[in-house]
Order: sequence, then C-alpha cells, then structure tokens
Amino acid sequence: MSPLDNTYEKQFKVIGTRPPRPDGIEKVTGKAQYGADLYVPDMLYAKILRSPHPHAKIISIDTSEAEKLDGVKAVVTSKDFSKFSDNKPSDTLVNCIAHEKALYDGHCVAAVAALSNTIAKSALKLINVEYEILPHVTDVDEAMKTDSPIVNKGYVLENVPKGFSENVTSYYEFGHGDLDNGFNNADLIVERTFKTEAAHQGYIEPHACLASMTPDGKADLWCCTQGHYNVRALCADIMGMESSQLRVTPSEIGGGFGGKTTIFIEPIALALSLKSGKPVKLVMTRDEVFKATGPTVSSSMDVKIGMTKDGVITAGEANLRYQGGAFPNGTVEMGAQSAFAAYDLKAVRTKGWNVLTNRPKQAAYRAPGAPQAIYAVESVVDELCQKLNLDPLEIRIKNAAKKGTKSSYGPTFDDIGLIATLEAAKKHPHYLAPLEENQGRGLSCGFWFNFGGDTCVTLNVNFDGTIGVTEGNPDIGGSRASISQMAAEELGISYDKVRTIIADTNSLGHNEVTDGSRVTFAVGLATIKAARAAIKEMCKRVSLIWGIDEDAVRWENGSAIPAGPNAGQFDPMSIEEIAAMSSQTGGPIAGHHEVNAEGAGVSFGVHLADVEVDKETGSTKVLRYTVFQDAGKAIHPSYVEGQMQGGAVQGIGWALNEEYIYGEDGRLQNAGFLDYRIPVASDLPMIEPVILEIPNPGHPYGVRGVGETSIVPPLAAINNAVSRATNIRFSELPLSPPKVLSSLKKEINDG
Amino acid sequence: MSQVHIKTKINGDNIEFLCDPEETLLDILRDKLHLTGTKEGCGTGDCGACSITLDGKLVCSCLVLGAEADNSEISTIEGMSNGEKLHPLQQKFLDHAALQCGVCTPGILVAAKSLLEKNPDPTESEVRYWLAGNLCRCTGYDKIIKAVLDAAKEMRS
Amino acid sequence: MRYVAAKSAEEASNFLLQETGVSRVLAGGTDVLVQMKSGMIEPDLIVDIKKIPGIRNITELDGFFRIGAAVSGSEVKDHENINKMLPGVVEALDLIGSTQIQGRCTMVGNLCNASPAADSVPALVAVNAKVNIIGPQGERSCNVEEIPIAPGKTSLKKGEFIVSVDIPYRPEFSSDAYLRFTPRTEMDIAVVSASVAIEMSKEGICENAKVVLGAVAPTVKIVGDASKEIVGTKLDESSLKKMSLKCVEICEPISDKRGTVEFRTEVAGVLASRAAKIAYKRAGF
Repeated sequence: MSPLDNTYEKQFKVIGTRPPRPDGIEKVTGKAQYGADLYVPDMLYAKILRSPHPHAKIISIDTSEAEKLDGVKAVVTSKDFSKFSDNKPSDTLVNCIAHEKALYDGHCVAAVAALSNTIAKSALKLINVEYEILPHVTDVDEAMKTDSPIVNKGYVLENVPKGFSENVTSYYEFGHGDLDNGFNNADLIVERTFKTEAAHQGYIEPHACLASMTPDGKADLWCCTQGHYNVRALCADIMGMESSQLRVTPSEIGGGFGGKTTIFIEPIALALSLKSGKPVKLVMTRDEVFKATGPTVSSSMDVKIGMTKDGVITAGEANLRYQGGAFPNGTVEMGAQSAFAAYDLKAVRTKGWNVLTNRPKQAAYRAPGAPQAIYAVESVVDELCQKLNLDPLEIRIKNAAKKGTKSSYGPTFDDIGLIATLEAAKKHPHYLAPLEENQGRGLSCGFWFNFGGDTCVTLNVNFDGTIGVTEGNPDIGGSRASISQMAAEELGISYDKVRTIIADTNSLGHNEVTDGSRVTFAVGLATIKAARAAIKEMCKRVSLIWGIDEDAVRWENGSAIPAGPNAGQFDPMSIEEIAAMSSQTGGPIAGHHEVNAEGAGVSFGVHLADVEVDKETGSTKVLRYTVFQDAGKAIHPSYVEGQMQGGAVQGIGWALNEEYIYGEDGRLQNAGFLDYRIPVASDLPMIEPVILEIPNPGHPYGVRGVGETSIVPPLAAINNAVSRATNIRFSELPLSPPKVLSSLKKEINDG
Repeated sequence: MSQVHIKTKINGDNIEFLCDPEETLLDILRDKLHLTGTKEGCGTGDCGACSITLDGKLVCSCLVLGAEADNSEISTIEGMSNGEKLHPLQQKFLDHAALQCGVCTPGILVAAKSLLEKNPDPTESEVRYWLAGNLCRCTGYDKIIKAVLDAAKEMRS
Repeated sequence: MRYVAAKSAEEASNFLLQETGVSRVLAGGTDVLVQMKSGMIEPDLIVDIKKIPGIRNITELDGFFRIGAAVSGSEVKDHENINKMLPGVVEALDLIGSTQIQGRCTMVGNLCNASPAADSVPALVAVNAKVNIIGPQGERSCNVEEIPIAPGKTSLKKGEFIVSVDIPYRPEFSSDAYLRFTPRTEMDIAVVSASVAIEMSKEGICENAKVVLGAVAPTVKIVGDASKEIVGTKLDESSLKKMSLKCVEICEPISDKRGTVEFRTEVAGVLASRAAKIAYKRAGF
C-alpha cells in the first residue's frame, strides 16, 4: 500500500468518538443470543463422557446399555468418525474424541444425545469404558527427560537436538550477534530460572453449539466461536464434507481471548445429529471447560542478561521450555521471538522447545507465548536495575527498540511507539508517587506482533442512502461499533446511518479467525477499502447523471461534487440522492474488498503496578495500576481502554492466583471458578488506561491491534513490584500467598 | 420420576410449569421458558451470570431448585426495562461501555439493581464487594463500577 | 429423585427416617445443589424445610437469640441486635460466598456440610452456640462443635435434623471477631481461619476468652491453652504472641490445593492474634 492511501493525519469526525455499540441494547436487556441460547423444534440435548485418567489405553467402550435407555436417541464414540478408520485423523479430531488412548484427564471418549439433559446425564453412567492405565506426565521439565512416559508418538521434528525424550517435538532459535563478547562486556550478569503455570482464558460463556446434519451431507451449525470459517474448515475436514455444504453461523460470543479459535465439541454435535436425524445442542459445563478446552502453556525458562554499570544491556539469552498438552504447537516459537522484542540489542539469542504432556491441548490465549517469556526477561532486567541502582524506566528507554532496530527475531522495526510509551509512563504522576512500608512498584514492557490475514467485507448502499456493512469476524469486544465508525468516516456520513453485521460462512468469503488483534486493523482496512470502492462507483453514477468524466467527480462530506472548476457547475449530490437513483443509473451500489491484510504493525505497552505485601500472610494487594499502550489510532477509545484494562486484569490474575493444579494422579484439581481464582471486583483498584497514538503506516487511519499486548506486561510488573516490596526476587508464578510467605520465612531464617 | 407442578410470578406475569425434581430454576428459566437472558457460566454459584431475584432476594438461579419456586415471585433481566425505556443501570452500562462480550452483563445488572434498592448511595468499595460474586473476564471491572456509581447518582437525583 | 416440602419439623424428620436411599435436607441449597451438580451426591429424596412454620425466624428469648435453621446469612446480617452483640458471628456469615449465596445460605447448612473450612463454625463455637435437633426420639440439643465429626460427616442420626441455633447474649465489655485467610478478597474457601471471643472487665482486663481455629484439623479446634494466655491480660503484644504460639502448636492441617501445612500453621497464629486485637477494640478498649 502506498503511503498516499493513508489519511491518518487528517481531522476525523467519527473516529475517536464513543458512540453506543449497535448490539448494546440486546446485551443489556438479555435478548442477545449466545451459543447456548438457541432452541429449535425437535432438538436433542447432548452430554459427553470424559476420561478420568490422564493417560490410558481404551480397551473397549460398551454403549449398549446407554442406547437402551428411554429417551436416548444416539450415542457416538470414535468409531462413528470415518477419518479414524481411514487412518487420517487430524490432531483436532483426536483432541475432540479419543481413539486408542485417552491423553488427558477430561479427554472425551463418548457422547450421548437424548430428549433432555437429565436423560443424557443418566445415559453417560451406563456407558462402560475399559481402560488400561498408562504412566503419565504433566510437568514440562519431567516430560523432557529421556525416561519420561511418552505422551504421543511420531511428532518429533528433525531439527530437535538430541538428548531429550520423544515428548520434545520441535525446536526454535532466533537472534543475532556475539553473545560471549556481549557477556564479557557486562559489569553485571543475572541468570535465573523461571516457571509459570498454565492459565485459562476463563471466558464466562462455556462452549456451546447446535448442529443439524442430514444424510445427504449438508449441515447447519450454530456456535460461539472466534472464527466460524475456521470452524467450518476443521469440521468439514473431520466430517468428510465439502465446505459449501456446511453453513456455520456464529452466535454472540461470551468471551474467547483466543480460547474459542478452535473447536472442541462441534464435530461431536454434528455426528450425534447425523446419527439421530435431529438437531443436537451441546453445551459444556464449567468443569469441562477447564479440563477439556485449551488453556495456555506452562513454562520453564532460563534467562541470562548482562548489563554495564551505566545500564546498557550487552547481551541477552533465553531458553524456553513450554508444554502445551498432548499435541504439538508452536507457541514457544512466538515466545522465543517476543522475549527480547522491546530491546535494541547487539547480541541476543533465544531458543525454544515444545514439549508434550498429559494435559489438554493448549489453545491461543491473548498474545500466546509472549507473557511467559517477557515475564522472565523483564524480571531479570528489573533485578539488574535494582542491583546496579539504576532507574528501571530510564534503563528501558536507554535500551528500547525503535524505528530501524533490528529486532531480536529478525525483522527491522518501522514506526513503533515504545519510547513514546515509556516517556508517557515517566511523566505520569503514578511513577513518582510515594510508597509506604511493605509496598513496591513494578514496571514492565510488553510486546505483541499483531496480525492481519484473510478478510472480506461487503458494504451495501441501501436505496435510502444508509449503509449495511457485512463482515465475517465475531465481535468479541465492540468491533461492530468501530467498523461502523470507519465506514461512516470514510463515506462522510454519520455513525447512525451504518449498521454492521456478521455474516455466516456462506454469505461472505473466508475470514481469518478473530485473533492476533486483527479485527479493527484488518476488517477496518477492508471496510475502508470497500467504502472507497462504493465511493468510486457512486462518483461514476454521478458522472453519468452530470454527463462529465468519472475523474471529474470527487467525494466530500458524504456527497459527490465536481472535482474542480473545470468539471462544471453542479450542486453536490448526497449519498441519499445517489442511492435513490441507483436503480436508474445501473442498479444497486455496493463496495467490497477482499484481502490478505499485511502491515498490522507491532504494539508495545508499559505497565506500572503498585502492590502491598502482607508479610505475615504472604498476601499481595494491588493498590494502583496504570496501563500505557500505543493504539496507533483509537477508533472507539472506550473499547480500546476496555482491552487495556481487561488484559491487565487477566495478567494480574495470572501473576497472583491463577494456575492449573494437577495432583500426583494427573487429574486437574481445580476445575471450577472457586479454586481457579480469576480476579473478582473487590480484588482490584481502578485500572487507569493511557492511550498513545503513534500511527501504524500499514493502516489508512494508523490503527494497530490493541487486544493482546495488554496481557503481556502484568506478569513481570506484579513480580517486580512484589520483589521490590519484599526485597526478595521471585521467579515462579503465580505469586500465591503460601509461596510468598515461605520465601519470606526463608529470608528471615537465613538472616 | 414424576414432575412437580409449580406456580410462579415471573416479571409480573403468572407462569406455571412442570419440572423434574432435580432441575434448577435456571434450567427452567432457560430450557422450559426460554428466558435466556439469565446465563449459565458455572452452575455452582461461583460466577453470578445466572443472578435473579427470588421474592426480592438476589440469588443464583443455578442454586435454586425449580420445585422450590412454588408461589414465589421472580425477576429476571427480561423484566428490567419498562417497555422501550431502559433502566438507568442499563443505560449507564451502554454509556460507559461497561460491557465487552456482554455475557456477564444481565447477571451484573440484576445484582447492581438489587444493591441500589438496598443502598442508593454505595461507595466504590461497597459496589466492588456487592458484585464480587459476579465474574467478568473482559473489562477488569473498571467501567462496570463506574457505570453503577453513575447510575446510582442519577437515580438519587 | 423426589422433592418434598415438609409442613412441620416432625414431618421432615419422618421423611428422612423413612427414606431408604440417600436423603438430604434442603434449606439454602448452596452446598447440596453444588454437590448434586458435580455428581458428588445423587440424593433419592430432598426434604425442603423452608415451609416449616417458624424455621425462618430469628427470636430474642430470655438470654439468647434463637435463629431458625432456614434463616439466610443476609437475614442474620440485617438483624440489628445480633450485629451489635455478635459482630464476629456476623462477619463469619458475611464471608460465606457472594451476595447471591448470602441470600440463601444458612448457618445450619454451613455446620452440617461439616467442612473443616466452614466460616460460621469457629465463630459460633467461640460464642458457645448450641443447636436444637429434632429426630425420631424427639428433641435434643448439643454444642455446635459436637455436630461435625469428620470432613463431610456429622453426628446427626438417621431422621434427625437441626431446627435452630441458640446463641447466648454476650455480657457487657465483650466482643468477638472472625478472620479467615483467602487468596482473593471474596468468593473463596477459608485456607485457615480463627475466631476469638473475649469478655473483659470494665478496666479492660480479659476475664474470659475462647480461641477457635478452622481449617487446621479435620474439625474445628478450640484452643484452650491459647485462651489462657490472654485471660488476665490487656491483650498486650507479648500475651498475644504467646497466644499465637499456642495456636501454632495445636495445628494439624493438611497440604492441599488451597494451602500447605506450613502456611496454615503459620497463618493460624497470625489470624488469631489479629482477631483478638479486633475483638478487644470492639469491646470498647
């Protein structure tokens, strides 16, 4: 895209305002339909039987008694999926229903559809599964050892270094420069090992779907998802269908954060529907969500950084080991890429190993892979600053990546807002506010790549001059409002003349999942381009009416006008007038744009956290929290702030209390909101958002994705704050009170 | 297993239903009456998405049996606005962008309304503690708390 | 499963006695329904006691409050005199679950669930509460601490259930306080808890004290030795420290997903000392 396309320096009329969201009233009155809210005639209710064992061979499954129960209409096992008999099951299918082995506590082994939930639940008890229990492993470091039980064979890629078990499936390496020389030039080197536990996205709406499939191979699927085109692709493959025959309609979505970018139950509902000949609704319970969807990876990491006395980082090295459950994934690659992204370094090296364990298959969670790696790096940077008695904010500015920096993962940065964001933090009253005893202030940078990807938008000019925008990305945080704003801005009309809807899979071409903080960027870009196409067509129609050249008509403030004095004297024609005549000038007018959007523009954030630690109990209270983030251009500032605040609080939860706890038996011990402790309202202060706008050259209005970066800094910001409040460096998350208290006691005992 | 016949008043209307003894009031509201504004987030009283009032008391409808509701008065999110006029809390939630995905919103609105009926002038801390049983994963609560405080202010004037 | 709403205590007792399968008493339902949902229990019979006349009342009798078995936590909290006289009991009840749970949960339910971490139990024990039981043999009463005998187990016999709790009025210059430790501010189960009830002379000398710990043993722990350390003192730092050490000594907790042995033991002493200070202040000193 040429820079001429960019209009981010002009005065905006709609962009930057805070209009009400189009789906707002439905959501505050309870009318909005989420995944579990659809009911259709003759519908059945489905339930899933799950393995209680973390690792077990399935010897046999006897469903005969369940099938006999009054009201049961279908029972399925892996035998009902032909891909297993063809020997072509995808990882996604094996994760949706276990075939020869159950690979984790909660792995689906069979499912029932019945007249009611009560009957379906009773039927599950009548299914008899014979297991041969196998040894299991859930810890990442244990799983790498050569004597570890092997979780899932046949996945090891060729470049994986020797010396590990078969659970180590892939290896990545990034960096540049001479590390040895860098460390030799350092006055102080800190090297530490860090651990983080798996966290769950914790969306409040459990996965839900309603499937209706007929024997001729057609199906309709309604579900809550971040990407219905991906649901269609995955389900069509699993069911052996052609894409065109499977229509997926996304419901409203009750949170996703990456966890609803893939499928878990949809093929089960389709198979039950096919077998029973009726529509089947399948809704997960909360404990199923924790056990059998896709939490993030857990990690074990070594970080080594060298610094001079005056605060120049001379070299940085990180070795990352991530487990993401029983199937391979590339999350550690993104961790290794992002670990040192905030720094301009001469010598840097990151390595990553992906490890299989008997845990559920990880799914994306907001900036997947980055929070862990950056937590480790930012904790070491903070420790170096503390030990060298240097201001941690100044040191970050001193070493910050900027335009022209060769990033640690390869590319050279374009315009980025890191230094501006750090400067904003430095100027903010929070940074210099006094602290009392047992209190500490933590700081961390955060980074995320952001993505673009395949996107389609159609923009229809209705006969009354209003606009219908059709896009294909589920709205997880107010994107319909920002898309409408961009359409209105480009067309020069008011926001309330535009209505944006999300189409089903058969109404629009392929759209990448709502992920990678891509929607406002990519769908926004396609919407602007679609609006420009519609404007071009409208100018053409007006040129026909006026009898002048197409080039002699231009668009301004929602009307066509003569392009200059030479074009002739004509009164402007408004969009309403043009639309009203469109049938006579060649037919309805629409603009559309299809693109694989590039130029998403990386995003940086800086968080400041103040905490107080109760030294007698190890309990941490967050006193004050400020988020600084570069949004490129904030289309709807309220929803940008919402992303910054929400991501920060998820990160605070991860830092303080959230964790997957596995017992010796390999079973998940806290599969519920009581013991998987996401922050509650009374745990938190207000979260102050400070939006910076350093335009992204890759978007006409300068937009950068904002959704993910905000979860990255809290882990280290909290860790650094707790470490400074107690004068003990912590290196394991979460900072749960027993862990903190035991370190405090140890410190006292060690004198 | 015989069903129980229950008479209730829901959002001002007389409603009767038959329920299995083990069905919760939440199951009835959703699966039988299709009042799906009340959401199931956990089924164990830990998230508050299914908040309703039962004889004027704020409860989790997932922790009430349908059979217990005989002769009771129930209010759900569907009864909160008056025709086309939104309740001030609903309006303030829109004004403050106090929802992102919106799935926790009905429960939070019902709970906040119940707070303001009891305490028309709550402090920030009182709002936070009252709503501690309503989990929101999107917003970090900031805008929710502000919307409730602002609605309270408007309702007092 | 069958559901019955008993019209009298005798009828409820009879239903429970007659049932050959698994039966459960339903008052607030905040434990029973969760256990049913998770598949932990599958009752054949649910006996709803809320329709029994008087079972939802709080009455002030000669020398004690009588709180019906189906009175909810929020109803106790809203009772002016209980609030004034038994702030520790009220704060314990107030910590059980969310506002939503408060509207339903009951003290008796909390007691009969027999969890070592039950919030209201240490507080009730500290103020010498008793329970009134109806069963096939008629009525009987006993101390609160005699009800839970092991995690999830009570001393109630077949056909018996608790109809009310009696809490003696507190003398002048006395008070109580309850503290628990949870990782979050709300919506958690106590990792460890402590309740302290004290009776002071008007000069501010402790004349009587009861220190009770929760979640440090299979059932609630009354720490007689700890009480002795503060009787006769003005709850100065050194007596509190001694009291705290006695608490630590008696702990025999487990390590689980919510806390470790070391953590529970250490924090039990901290909480007892802090609760004692709060009670002292509340008593007017």
